[in-house]
Amino acid sequence: MKLRVATVWLGGCSGCHMSFLDMDEFLIELAGLIDLVYSPVIDVKEFPEAVDVCLIEGAVCNEDNLEILRKIRERTKVLVSFGDCAVTGNVPAMRNPFGPDNRENVLQRAYVENARNNPGVPKADGIVPRLLEQVVPVHEAVYVEYYLPGCPPPAARIKEVLVQIINGQAPLLTGPQLKFG
Amino acid sequence: MAAKTLIIDGKAVSAEEGATVLQVARDNNVAIPTLCHLEGVYDVGACRLCLVEVAGSTKLQPACTTKISEGMNIQTNSDRLRKYRRLTLELLFAERNHVCAVCVSNGHCELQTLAYSLGLDHVRYDYVFPKWKVDVTHRLFGMDHNRCILCTRCVRVCWHIEGAGTKNVAGRGATARIISDLDQPWGDSESCTECGKCVMACPTGALFHKGATAGEMEHDRDKLEFIVNAREKQQWLP
Repeated sequence: MKLRVATVWLGGCSGCHMSFLDMDEFLIELAGLIDLVYSPVIDVKEFPEAVDVCLIEGAVCNEDNLEILRKIRERTKVLVSFGDCAVTGNVPAMRNPFGPDNRENVLQRAYVENARNNPGVPKADGIVPRLLEQVVPVHEAVYVEYYLPGCPPPAARIKEVLVQIINGQAPLLTGPQLKFG
Repeated sequence: MAAKTLIIDGKAVSAEEGATVLQVARDNNVAIPTLCHLEGVYDVGACRLCLVEVAGSTKLQPACTTKISEGMNIQTNSDRLRKYRRLTLELLFAERNHVCAVCVSNGHCELQTLAYSLGLDHVRYDYVFPKWKVDVTHRLFGMDHNRCILCTRCVRVCWHIEGAGTKNVAGRGATARIISDLDQPWGDSESCTECGKCVMACPTGALFHKGATAGEMEHDRDKLEFIVNAREKQQWLP
């Protein structure tokens, strides 16, 4: 039976998913080897049950990220932190050093101080998720099995990990394949 | 000077009395990871990356400041040492704000290179996310404390190669920091000769040339080696 694979995009720039698409012709081969059951690149709204592997791009930045991440953990055997934001917090976590008021301050800066028209922090309960007090890497929120660092991880590195997983091995990266940044 | 014989990773070697374990290891092609060590200035054992096991002692010893002795039996790459080296690196990453993706030294950073060389795929400790300033008051150089690992290479080259004594360490523990003169903005320093040796010596992106953007900062370590070579061996080699 084919592996049921998902990819998810939390607090990140989607660069990791762009790099995923950079696997080019291997994507065609990959499509024959796995079932992609949930991803920003396919049209599935609800994270399904009984997923084998999920690549998680992005840091945990808001309540929505945290909620879906917990759901993913419950429904997935193997989680892979996909890219530096997921692994380290990276750029999204750069608001953390601004202290306990950082979420108010960054929203004020982005939507009020720098807004030319209609300044105002977007608020819509149930639609715009609230920012968490601190941005955290994925493994600080839920247990993560494997790590795939890089900003973004080069396509060859993603392929390396996927091929190992498809072959039933525990993915192992070494040397420059583990480079942050 | 008298020669001493010792064993490094099971191999018998000999070296002159007064040499450090690190020197002897490197002379015999045994790689020991280092961050604070810099050729040409004295060692301080600050980073703890070069810890080795010495038979008969339960304490780990820094290779850079431990002098060899007759009959010493040294392990440089045991499971225990690899475990501690990884732990030390993780704590360095957790203690300040190292964001490789947007760092001037991305791709030319000794901390980054050591991390992947030693198999660091994530940091198991909670990041501290401290608030640190960036000093860009100097005409030519900047200092980003977020990326500083307190190796004190900059302090040592400033005092002992340039002889200016601009760079110092202030504070204690995790709040220790590199300062200029009497904790003044670097741009106000009267002792700084603008030689740039501190920037050449820095292993990370903490000290940088102003105007360098992500990944652009290379540290010209060979210029420093040239000066050290000229001083120590009177060889002015290009």
